[in-house]
Amino acid sequence: MRRFLARIAPQLVTLAAIVVLVTLFFPDFVQIGFERGRLVGPIIDVLKRGAPVALLAIGMTLVIATRGIDLSVGTVMAITGAVGAWAIASGYGVVPALALAMVAGLACGLWNGILVAIIGIQPIVATLILMTSGRGVAQLITEGRILTFNDPAFAFFGSGTLLGIPFPAVLWLLLAIAVTLLMRRTALGMLVEAIGINRAASALAGVNARVLLIAVYMASGLCAAFAGIVATADIRGADANNAGLWLELDAILAVVIGGNSLLGGRFSIAASVLGALIIQTIDTGILLAGFPSEYNLVIKAGLVLLILLLQSPNLAHTWRFLRDEAMRRREPEPKLHTRKEIEP
Amino acid sequence: MTANARLYPLFATIAIFIAAYAICWMQFPYMLSTRVVGNLLTDNAYLGIVAVGMTVVILSGGIDLSVGSVIAFSGVFISVVLRDTSLHPLVVFALLLAVTTAFGAFMGLIIHWLAMPAFIVTLAGMFLARGAAYMLTIDSVPIDHAFYEFIKDSYYLMPGKGRLTVIAVVMLLSVAFGALIAHRTRFGASVFALGGGVQTARLMGVNVGQTTILVYAFSGFMAGLSGIVFSIYTGSGYPLATVGTELTAIAAVVIGGTILTGGAGYVVGTLFGVLTMGLIQTYIVFDGTLSSWWTKIVIGLLLLLFIVLQKGLLKLTGTQRDAALA
Repeated sequence: MRRFLARIAPQLVTLAAIVVLVTLFFPDFVQIGFERGRLVGPIIDVLKRGAPVALLAIGMTLVIATRGIDLSVGTVMAITGAVGAWAIASGYGVVPALALAMVAGLACGLWNGILVAIIGIQPIVATLILMTSGRGVAQLITEGRILTFNDPAFAFFGSGTLLGIPFPAVLWLLLAIAVTLLMRRTALGMLVEAIGINRAASALAGVNARVLLIAVYMASGLCAAFAGIVATADIRGADANNAGLWLELDAILAVVIGGNSLLGGRFSIAASVLGALIIQTIDTGILLAGFPSEYNLVIKAGLVLLILLLQSPNLAHTWRFLRDEAMRRREPEPKLHTRKEIEP
Repeated sequence: MTANARLYPLFATIAIFIAAYAICWMQFPYMLSTRVVGNLLTDNAYLGIVAVGMTVVILSGGIDLSVGSVIAFSGVFISVVLRDTSLHPLVVFALLLAVTTAFGAFMGLIIHWLAMPAFIVTLAGMFLARGAAYMLTIDSVPIDHAFYEFIKDSYYLMPGKGRLTVIAVVMLLSVAFGALIAHRTRFGASVFALGGGVQTARLMGVNVGQTTILVYAFSGFMAGLSGIVFSIYTGSGYPLATVGTELTAIAAVVIGGTILTGGAGYVVGTLFGVLTMGLIQTYIVFDGTLSSWWTKIVIGLLLLLFIVLQKGLLKLTGTQRDAALA
């Protein structure tokens, strides 16, 4: 537990710092009210609006831990949203609609996984294929229109509340806990890390890298399906052009802010989800603090650069070197004295 | 033997372009007119230019996600400066190219100095350039300048009434310039070496830091040039323009036969990659009944085809090399 807290401490501190910063500009930021059976307030809003990126970040963390990357998740959101909305609009009911959307997400993940694990294409290109062509597929499903529906049960996944908390927030929280337990209570997490550190070595050690890689991409597809369901249910319509547009970049950013290396290996889902919350707090905070929204991207870029600077391996090396030098200077070396004694 | 094998993806790209053009021509004989060719070059001029820069970045084993935002920033920068000052457009162009080149060099510096993945550094660059464009203006700013009218009105009338516009010529010259730099200079050799592997490049005496910075500076320059061309093409600057162009450019480079891990490819192939993608769009316009989303699906399938083709080729040449070693 202490190790876990130490791992996510930088992200927690960053999040707290940003919340404090936003509160300075917008004092009501931390206020939480209770109205008509649901919690309301800017922080609750952050938890809800951050749901798609947080959901994507869970799957993306696993993919990045295997030294891969999944650029297609935003598009998969559009596809699964379109499938779900189509199923609802055709009168299949909520459960089949959810099942179909999840199957669509898994199928997208399977496609990516096969390209990466069996054909051996670089992850960035393999998922780029689905990223570019997938929106076309989504538009084929919606026939180029924005497919709207009016089904309160399906809309619950976007705007409903559970015990007063918005359902999307409950969903990402539960999914993050479930995936973390699955990874850490079994050997799965370690095997995923082994693939990311050295795929050939892990295969020699008996890890079935091929199956595990496909499974990881399918998990990412499933997370994207959940995000797609939330986004579609929220607006009660499937927009093949704009659903999840560029969210893959936010998700990757969340994982990187979460301190996970893009070169694979050790990962922390909790830190990635915190990264997603940091991004959403910045986005919401900039709006609430009254800054013009055009500053949003510049502030985001500046923050990313700052976090990169702090995480840079080269800089850490330099920092350690400087610290060691300082320590050495503080403790006078015996040789120095002898030299001084000789010199005069 | 291996030199020949390296040319296969380029040949495949050109063959697919010619075959696709032939199919289009059989269905719509008018496709084979200088008008269509002229439009194909003009409509894809900005993409072609930025893809040349992307080719060099990918040859070096990197990636540059910032170019789409840099194009949008360029358009906004030009239109706002022209609106608020009385500077001549050529002066503004020079200023802009200096800014975008410096921006690219800065990203290269960070990538090298901090040893961070190019993907995430240029992602930050993408946010920064787009944000800078928003800060200049959030509206679409029209460009009214005699010089712009002059450029738009000057073109070479090809036989068959096709227009070879200035921006199409700029694109073709950029491809020639990029090919010259990549294949005929010491810098180009360093880029290929870097794409083959950083360690080996360093052992060969390549100045890794300098090359990395120059590669991204070159990409920034090309993105700026592309932004100028785009502003001439649309006659305005708009901060929301060219969203996602970086990925289209990467797709064009891959379809053009350059291997995404770096170290192998040809700049000329990228031109054919861009033209093939433009051809798909033109075909859909000619057909009239197909929806534009088919463009995306076909481009995705082309991407897949080329990558699988490259994989097969790599395996083929790999086994040959193994056979030679054994």
